[in-house]
Amino acid sequence: MLRKFVYITAFAFLLQIGSAIAGSTGSESLKKGSSQSSAPECFEGVSRAVFSINHALDKVIFEPVAKGYRAIPHPIRKGTGNAVDNLRSLLTFSNNILQGNFSGAANTAGRFVINTTVGILGIFDPADNFFGLEDQGKEDFGQTIGYWGASSGCYFVLPILGPTTIRDSIGLVGNVFLDPVYQITHNTEVNAGIGNQSYSEHNYYYYRGTGAVDFRAKNIESFDTLEETSIDLYASVKSLYLQNRNKKIMNSQSSIETQDDSDWEEIDTN
Amino acid sequence: MKKNFFIIIFFVFFIFPNNSSAYSNDPKQFITEIVNEAKKILVKTNSKEFKTKKLSKIAMKTVDIIGVAKYTLGHHRKKLNDDQTQEYFALFEKYFLKVFAERLTDYSEPKIEVLSAEVANPKYTIVKSLLLATDKKPEVKIDWRVYTKNPDKPLIRDLIIEGLSLARAEREQFDSIIKSNNGDVTKLFVSLKEFINK
Repeated sequence: MLRKFVYITAFAFLLQIGSAIAGSTGSESLKKGSSQSSAPECFEGVSRAVFSINHALDKVIFEPVAKGYRAIPHPIRKGTGNAVDNLRSLLTFSNNILQGNFSGAANTAGRFVINTTVGILGIFDPADNFFGLEDQGKEDFGQTIGYWGASSGCYFVLPILGPTTIRDSIGLVGNVFLDPVYQITHNTEVNAGIGNQSYSEHNYYYYRGTGAVDFRAKNIESFDTLEETSIDLYASVKSLYLQNRNKKIMNSQSSIETQDDSDWEEIDTN
Repeated sequence: MKKNFFIIIFFVFFIFPNNSSAYSNDPKQFITEIVNEAKKILVKTNSKEFKTKKLSKIAMKTVDIIGVAKYTLGHHRKKLNDDQTQEYFALFEKYFLKVFAERLTDYSEPKIEVLSAEVANPKYTIVKSLLLATDKKPEVKIDWRVYTKNPDKPLIRDLIIEGLSLARAEREQFDSIIKSNNGDVTKLFVSLKEFINK
């Protein structure tokens, strides 16, 4: 009960900050490229320090774990990744609805039902392979409030969780309320042997942790290359993070729609 | 005999080199040719040095390195005098070729499909391609921003990996370095030199 109160208070507080930062942009349509893909720093010195700690933790813990995970046979890793994505789609469904994307919600729901049943708890993806329901990408509450028109606010780095903005940190709190997996695992109590232990809280963290390891394992080489070819890794990661969030909020796969040509125009005039 | 000798010389020095360095002026075909050329270089049996040398040659012919250099420095380039601008272009070329080669030489026998081309405006065409998944790596969408202002000689200006512009990421890195040194662009030169000599 106390935990819920803290969450709700924090959520309400953050929404207030978010509204102030978002200003009057709520009804404006999203702009392409540069203005949306950049964000001022909240406190760069602190963020760079946290980034360094996260990077060190990645080297010592997360990357070795991801490399170990890579040693598991590919079909098992693929099935694990599919099962995690299948559970994650419940959060996507909530956000499809909040964005008024009902065809997307129907696609997400259809994929979840088919993959959970025919696909054996999401291990396989018959929804795509046999029913033509392609994965349309993940949605979260940060994307939803971005879709509603809130600007990103300033950028900072969270310990362990990594890059974020004011808007996306609000989104993180919102995800707790909107994610059925979180709600089921945190609100199913075991009293006097009544209830189901398999829904207990730690299962939520196993699920999230597995998703993180799977993601890291799929990107070992990309991270290494980025590290080797960056003269300011912090700035590179910030740019890629903001570009990625902007692209996801625009819900577009087209580079023509998501990229801003005006920056390129400038070089031809000088 | 003498006549044959001159004909052979003519073919070797004039015809073949031109054919080997000429790319199509159709953006999709242009990218397809570059991808096919890169695939032949990125075979396991080739050494990293060989791959780097050959890929750099392709980049010199097909990428608008000066255009990318200008874009990457953004508004800061107005602070440079002519000598500094030339120094920056020379440094950027070395930096770019090193980054380009390092990013690509790790790929062995990549399977890339060039899918389609979409005209963004008279100056740019976006060519879509797909790096196919392997056991270790997921499928990656790669879009190529091709500069078509001169329709006879298309040039690459950016790679957009899964919707993320590499040129933009470079630009924001450079901007961050300059800003953290109170707007001093020459500090960027120092960072570029350190990277090149690394």
